[in-house]
Amino acid sequence: MAHAATAARPPERGLDVYTQKVGMWVFLCSEVMFFAGLIGSYVVLRFGASSSWAEPNEVLNVTVTAINTFILICSSVTMVKAFAAAEAGDQKGIKTYLLATTALGALFLGVQVYEYYELIFHQSWAGSHGFTPQAGLYGATFFTMTGFHGFHVLLGVICLGWATIRAYQGHWGADNTHGLEVLGLYWHFVDLVWIILFTIVYLI
Amino acid sequence: MATIVAEAPGQATGHAEHEQSFLRKYIFSSDHKIIAIQFLFLTLFFLAVGGLLAMMMRYQIAWPDQPIPGGGILPESMVASGYILPEFYNALVTMHGSIMVFLAIMPMLVGVYANYLIPLQLGTHDMAFPRLNMYSFWLMVPAGIITLASFWVIGGAAGAGWTLYAPLSARPDLTGVELGQVMWLVALIFIGLSSILGSVNYITTTINMRAPGMTWFRMPLTIWALFITAILALLAMPVLSAAGIMLLFDQTLGTSFFLPEGGGQPLLWQHLFWFFGHPEVYILILPAMGFVSEILATGSRKPVFGYKAMVWAIVAIAFLGFIVWGHHMFMSGMNPTLGLSFTVSTLLIAVPSAIKTFNWMGTMWRGNLKLHTPMLFAISFVALFAIGGLSGVFMAATPVDIYIHDTYFIVAHLHYVLFGGSLFALFGAIYYWFPKMFGRMMSEKWGKVHFWTTFVLYNLVFFPMHGLGMVGMMRRIYDSTGYAHLEGIQDTNQLITVAAFGLYLTGFIFAFNFFWSIFKGKKASRNPWDATTLEWQTPSPPKHGNWDEVPVVYHGPHEYSHPDVLDKDWLAQNERPDVVSPAGGSH
Repeated sequence: MAHAATAARPPERGLDVYTQKVGMWVFLCSEVMFFAGLIGSYVVLRFGASSSWAEPNEVLNVTVTAINTFILICSSVTMVKAFAAAEAGDQKGIKTYLLATTALGALFLGVQVYEYYELIFHQSWAGSHGFTPQAGLYGATFFTMTGFHGFHVLLGVICLGWATIRAYQGHWGADNTHGLEVLGLYWHFVDLVWIILFTIVYLI
Repeated sequence: MATIVAEAPGQATGHAEHEQSFLRKYIFSSDHKIIAIQFLFLTLFFLAVGGLLAMMMRYQIAWPDQPIPGGGILPESMVASGYILPEFYNALVTMHGSIMVFLAIMPMLVGVYANYLIPLQLGTHDMAFPRLNMYSFWLMVPAGIITLASFWVIGGAAGAGWTLYAPLSARPDLTGVELGQVMWLVALIFIGLSSILGSVNYITTTINMRAPGMTWFRMPLTIWALFITAILALLAMPVLSAAGIMLLFDQTLGTSFFLPEGGGQPLLWQHLFWFFGHPEVYILILPAMGFVSEILATGSRKPVFGYKAMVWAIVAIAFLGFIVWGHHMFMSGMNPTLGLSFTVSTLLIAVPSAIKTFNWMGTMWRGNLKLHTPMLFAISFVALFAIGGLSGVFMAATPVDIYIHDTYFIVAHLHYVLFGGSLFALFGAIYYWFPKMFGRMMSEKWGKVHFWTTFVLYNLVFFPMHGLGMVGMMRRIYDSTGYAHLEGIQDTNQLITVAAFGLYLTGFIFAFNFFWSIFKGKKASRNPWDATTLEWQTPSPPKHGNWDEVPVVYHGPHEYSHPDVLDKDWLAQNERPDVVSPAGGSH
């Protein structure tokens, strides 16, 4: 802003936390309720269903997704490292770890696309070819929940890509960490949701 | 998301200094006051549209055997040889409810007044995230366009009721509506997103951007109400979005979340819908209660009676609002024990509601009443809300509810709280804050004409509906003649319809007053009502950025007739104690 000096904002009052972080926490509360709606419906439908649920390894490839889960958890670690590097003013670290986080997030998405492709075109379910959203409640809940999680990962990867570009422009540093912290909150949330989804959809 | 959040601070700082283009200033504006006024025009438009749909319904109910005048201009798919078709009537019922709830009342309470008042009453320059705020408005516009467009697609607009019960809403073969039903859900998802973005803004601003000295218990009750409402919307809207998306998949992708033939559960829709739907009821009334508290204090020249009790009553209503949704589902075959627990939790809401009602009366008690238009609307809010609240107690009790379920008794109840409650408070709020928004006063004379005609006709329309419900007139019936148990009610229905037409016409008195006053009204001073809250201490209308210097708050929100102040009967929140009251006051 051209008038940054003249338009200096008065000190914020309220919590001892900057506004963007409060905003992200508040937003995540609504995200929790969104996924609670989907997961709650899943629980109700699954326990109300007579027979249309498959055993864990019958349709889904748990091994591949377990590896994918590990990839996503690793991306949370690199996100933490990126933020720590920013706080320490370590420009090289910021670039490296943000790039790694973006790459791991994108890799997660790639594996999910591969998983969907295999399920839809090469898996068979209940005697018919292809495990799709139309494949009973099992297919419908599976694709809805993992799909919306994937959509959140996609948004995260786009934001991470933007943050990485800014990192190469030297945007982040010890005096400018807020954006990374807020983005990190979102990314850890997406990771946490996945751990819950992986448990209830793939393992139980 | 994070992109927007991270960039927001740059937006928040730039104000007042530079000339903005017309487009940035008035169309894609991030100024909370402009956004509020945009919401005001949008929602008044939809209020008129929703009312028009109701008029068509009323005509059909009163004179089912006569062609509707002017029906010829509508296509054959809606009105055939002058008669409203049953399918179109279904669409009218559904869209009247949906438009009024989602595009008129809710965005008018929250979109207009949370946006306008939160920064001004808290003493800050703008919202925490001005650009998100702009998106929040511009998501409502496509929602409105999609909603209106759905009337003209093949099959017509959604016809499964505003509650969208599955499987009726999920299977086109049951209603004959295919695309309209889908468009309804798409619009709903836009509205949900808009509401969530707005709520993030309101909550964050209230938590973190209050002026120095503006402690939690110095916040005006309007802000308390809007803050708690934002929390309700934040937690309830995403659940509806999730449910709406699943229903959308049932309609378009061939899933069967809510279709029993595919193993799905129709009751799950009802639970999800009402888990949202009941907090939504409080989203629609809590801000109105906030406006009324403030207008009553100003108009009575007394502090709000029991300010803290009012705050905790809002909190209690909001909390209880999340655990009562089952009282909409007593007829769904639920376990009677579960029904009983929902009855008890619902009856509990009467306690904080009664606290509020008696505190409003306590506020007015022996006050120096100024019966200006906002005050008249606020007083009638208290009366009409009491009637609507009491009929709510009838419905909370399962045995009574089973008898009156889905009858006109419900229609009467919901209009007493939603029209007599929310809309009366909104009219009061529009008259009250109009001078601040537009810098001119609305005409008092025409305001009073508007009030008295509205009040009388409103009661003529909705009070007899209690009786219609008691004799069993069905809620969404297309033609109530020809039923043995409904013989002899047609006169009442015709009276209601004539009164309803009159009620709709009173809207034109308001509209005329509103638009005339924007251009020709008497110039308003800073503080035409001698009110205490911060927004009245700025020019009317406030400039971009609101304040040259952030105000410092020394007093509670409604300090009228303060004993230490001798020269006037009000004490602005930001008046320095050493100037006005040497003793420093007793607070």
